[in-house]
Amino acid sequence: MDDLSTLLVSQFLSGLTRAMVYFLIASGLSLVFGAMNVLNFAHGAFYMLGAFFCYSALQWLPVTAVSFFAAVVGAALALALLGGLIESTLLRRTYALGHVPQILMTYGLALILADLVRLIWGGRFYSIGPPAYLAGVTSAGPLSLPTYHVFLILFGFFVYGTLWWLLYRTELGRVIRASVYSREMVSALGIDQPRLFTVVFMIGIFLAGIAGGLSAPLTAIGSGMDISILIESFAIVIIGGVGNVTGTLLASLIVGEVFAFAILLPQPIPQMAQGFLFIFMIAILVVRPYGLRGSMLRL
Amino acid sequence: MTPTGRDLKGGYAGRFWWPLVGLLLILSPPFLLTEFYLDLLGVMLIRGLLALSFNLLYGFGGRLSFGHGAFLGTGAYVISILLTRTETPFPLAFLAAIVGSTLVAAFVGYFCVRFLSFYFSIMTLAFSQLLFLLVDKWYAVTGGDDGIQRIFPPDPLSGITAQYYYVLIVSSAAALALWWVVRSPYGSVLRAIRDNRRRAEFIGIDVGRYEWAAFVISGAFAGVAGALLAPLNQSVSPHLLHWTKSAEPVFMSALGGPYFFWGPLLGAAIFSILESTIPDLLFEAWPLVLGTILVSVVLFFPEGVAEILWKSKDPDRGEREP
Repeated sequence: MDDLSTLLVSQFLSGLTRAMVYFLIASGLSLVFGAMNVLNFAHGAFYMLGAFFCYSALQWLPVTAVSFFAAVVGAALALALLGGLIESTLLRRTYALGHVPQILMTYGLALILADLVRLIWGGRFYSIGPPAYLAGVTSAGPLSLPTYHVFLILFGFFVYGTLWWLLYRTELGRVIRASVYSREMVSALGIDQPRLFTVVFMIGIFLAGIAGGLSAPLTAIGSGMDISILIESFAIVIIGGVGNVTGTLLASLIVGEVFAFAILLPQPIPQMAQGFLFIFMIAILVVRPYGLRGSMLRL
Repeated sequence: MTPTGRDLKGGYAGRFWWPLVGLLLILSPPFLLTEFYLDLLGVMLIRGLLALSFNLLYGFGGRLSFGHGAFLGTGAYVISILLTRTETPFPLAFLAAIVGSTLVAAFVGYFCVRFLSFYFSIMTLAFSQLLFLLVDKWYAVTGGDDGIQRIFPPDPLSGITAQYYYVLIVSSAAALALWWVVRSPYGSVLRAIRDNRRRAEFIGIDVGRYEWAAFVISGAFAGVAGALLAPLNQSVSPHLLHWTKSAEPVFMSALGGPYFFWGPLLGAAIFSILESTIPDLLFEAWPLVLGTILVSVVLFFPEGVAEILWKSKDPDRGEREP
């Protein structure tokens, strides 16, 4: 393999890694937006909290083979509980008020959570490493990729599979999908809608927490990491089609790869990569408002 | 329903000395306050204008834009670039700033108004981030993330006292113009669309065009606010166009009272006072306080502070459909 194709393949793989982090964040956002019709501005804050919780848990846990994953899952579970509490005490009271108060509420929550992070952990940056057995580099011929990236790529597809199974092969999934199309019908059929919403919200926040914990070894953990990821995930959710897990995966892959390959191009294209994301989203909304894989029924 | 103005008319016009006291109050600050507070007051007035312009879309149009900072920023950047890089006379630069933000609003609005609820908010957010990126990276024209410094207004307007009166006069005139828009037949149609879009369509109103016009007017007045802000601060930075900045007029309108014309002005005043006191009192926890206020507004007084102050005086508020 010559240099150019090695470069292209390794960029592709790095795009894949990035796409998986996007997918983990955006799938939760998309689920909540689709099934509950709540555009959660606090989603990015939960992602950030996932990283910080994970960092703090690792300070307490003894260093063993499973401590990293215990920290990630523990952080995400704690966040899911917090999310459930917020949904059932605060968010629930806005459903009857309409969309605008809902956005104000979730934006207010995002401000509160982000500032609490700053107050508790300070304005500093933290970093954590992946567990020792994932810290190395995996090579195949001329290609080499950090083992942790390989793990993330596989894990992303695993989460996609699990979500697909949950949505398309279980009773809960059927109810959630029905709710994406018509919330009125679902509650008319006797489904306990408040409980369904709490469960969906908790799943969404759990995914954001997992995304935060797993992306912690990739980036510096610091307050402010919620801001740009939030609007990028909005764009991915819209591009993929609201409430559609396959569409979200597709959109994440496209966006991850576009970012990865934009870096190879001359300036100012890499700097404007986020701009292309928004142009893409605007174009999707104008010509195909239900997204790549969403359904017309939804609008 | 006419949530605007009436309260002022009913409450104030009957007592002729109120306008006099008000006039004295707004004219006296240069004699009473230090430069620092005078500057703060000027910024507060500009924020008030920004919030009033935003509220044309939000309170009276029922549309939550998350990209209003884009028009503020366009106005501020156009006047700054013309004043620092060219020999354009000040009045012309000011006009160009308004024209610039009007054109940007016309372009952005053309795409945005066809989307409802969340999608409208996301579209405005996306367009404003596009503009933010453009301004943040286009060093040759905008100075990139360094922004532009040393924007000095010409002689009769230089100095903080002159700037205060200038900002006071222009923002008052702009606010009155907005008030006239809201009270005009056009404003009534806009409220009719907000209250029941489908009904408005059925009686033959070209809903899309009315909303586009609201978007353009709203953006143009935000441009006026930007054109006032840049010479007052003597600098601009891309931060003005970031979506977190766009959340400020949202906050001011929601807090002040979006269904009362002067509500956002009240919100801007409260916002400015809190912003300059809270960080010192409470460990810099300004976003925490903002967020808590926002959540409380949604839960406990959805029509803002104005509701508490003026509710009882408004006899003909109808039921609003969500």
